[in-house]
Amino acid sequence: MKPFSWRFIRVWQRNRDVFFRLWHSEAPGSIAEPIIILVAMGLGLGAYVGLVDGQKYIEFIAPGIIAGYAMFSASFECTYGSYVRMEYQKTYDAIIATPLSVEDVIAGEIFWGATRSLLTGTIILAIAAIFQLVPSPWALLIPVLAFLEGIMFASIAILFTSFAPAIYSFNYYFTLFITPMFFFSGVFFPLSSFPKIVQTLSWIAPLTPVVHLSRALISGEFHIDLLWALALIIGLTALFFSISLVTMRRRLTV
Amino acid sequence: MLIIKTRNLTKKFKDLLAVDDINLEVEKGECFGLLGPNGAGKTSLIRMITAVSPPTRGDIQVLGNDLKTCSRQVKAILGVVPQLDNLDPDLTVLQNLMTFARYFDIPKNEAHRRSTEVLSLFELGNKRNSHIRELSGGMKRRLLIARGLINLPQILVLDEPTIGLDPQGKYLVWDKLAELKSQGVTQLLCTQNMEEATVLCDRVAIMHQGKILSLGPPQGLISRYVGSEVWEIEVDPEERDKTIKDLESRGLDFEEVGGKIHAFHVEASEMSRELVNLPERLRRRPATLEDVFFRLTGRSLVE
Repeated sequence: MKPFSWRFIRVWQRNRDVFFRLWHSEAPGSIAEPIIILVAMGLGLGAYVGLVDGQKYIEFIAPGIIAGYAMFSASFECTYGSYVRMEYQKTYDAIIATPLSVEDVIAGEIFWGATRSLLTGTIILAIAAIFQLVPSPWALLIPVLAFLEGIMFASIAILFTSFAPAIYSFNYYFTLFITPMFFFSGVFFPLSSFPKIVQTLSWIAPLTPVVHLSRALISGEFHIDLLWALALIIGLTALFFSISLVTMRRRLTV
Repeated sequence: MLIIKTRNLTKKFKDLLAVDDINLEVEKGECFGLLGPNGAGKTSLIRMITAVSPPTRGDIQVLGNDLKTCSRQVKAILGVVPQLDNLDPDLTVLQNLMTFARYFDIPKNEAHRRSTEVLSLFELGNKRNSHIRELSGGMKRRLLIARGLINLPQILVLDEPTIGLDPQGKYLVWDKLAELKSQGVTQLLCTQNMEEATVLCDRVAIMHQGKILSLGPPQGLISRYVGSEVWEIEVDPEERDKTIKDLESRGLDFEEVGGKIHAFHVEASEMSRELVNLPERLRRRPATLEDVFFRLTGRSLVE
């Protein structure tokens, strides 16, 4: 693996400029959906759900919605978004003819994807706070968590993108990986309500440790297991980040 | 002084030898042309020299720096004008240039000054706030060249710079390229346009199947392979054999092209009196680089 340099910031700046120029074409939709889910599931379904400790259902799902939609943001950005830039717009080809390397470009893409997670996570957090669903001041660390989570999911997405033969391939990525994870990572139901085998599988899904940490930061209730969750996120991030730099170099420098 | 030097440069794809052991030397300040049919290996060669594609074998030095270890420094002094439009469609014309300047770490004020300058150089000043999709094909091409100049490159690498341009646009680009050469910018020019190569290039290399077949100044190649004039002789099918025998007996260099015979180096010998006496069947024209191209790479499609 070749390391990336500080020049990745140039790609991040390029993506930021484009995002803030075109934000109205995309951002409102990506914020409206989590709010709809929060209200529909939290208040609608929540009316029929009784949690063991008397917690309101909408309070239970809010941390998971934040983590889940932060995941979606980075995943969309670094699958469809990155693929369009790479294959249709040939933006990567243009950039690697300048002093930037492939690694700089990919790191810039990943950190931009993570920035999208941070933005989404922070906005939903603010809305949840308005609904009075955020009791603990530890929740101020949610943007940090969302950014870290974003690096992880952006890296996994870029890795998949580096192998994607066509833009349609991302349908698989979302229907077989991202969406199932959203439902089996403890966002809507406690993992303990699943059979043992599903519980074990859940812990392999990278969203699960994020949901646990998000829930802890928002409720202010911590547990020693959270260190494992954090270690797992950091480990997966380092792993996928490094592999994606290698596979992207292979794809782009033929 | 050499500015680009390749040694045993080779690029192999799965079952294709795209560039086959090329030793190339480009002098500082010259315009060096790469000619060759589609698939000759020109673009593969250029991609290696611009450090976006790693060689399978061999090495490249640019300004004495080994490209393997100094690719960043080398890319900083290169201006690359690709064959395919890779302008950023998410940005306006001016933003394209400003964003590109940022990749080279050019400070904002300076970037703005240079952007304005290259836009007016290529007569795009009034399009600065347009979106890329609003530009005509010719404007996009000119913008691509303008973008390649944003870092004041010492070496400009152009892949088919005037493809798709109307005559006005073509001459504008030729003018600007000649001006840049007079300012000392070295140019490596890939083209299919023989006129362009003749007008712009100090030396050209004719590539075929990954190898350089011949190399020299355009006029030098023309006199070496074709002579100063080409005689095109129209022959009736029944007289063909007789004419060919006649040409052979005079030791003339000729080639059959469709229903015609092209005779080369005719100034060195006397043409058959019979032929000269039939002016309607004979056309004399100045030899061009295109004749050299056909002589060296053949007339059939290569791909």
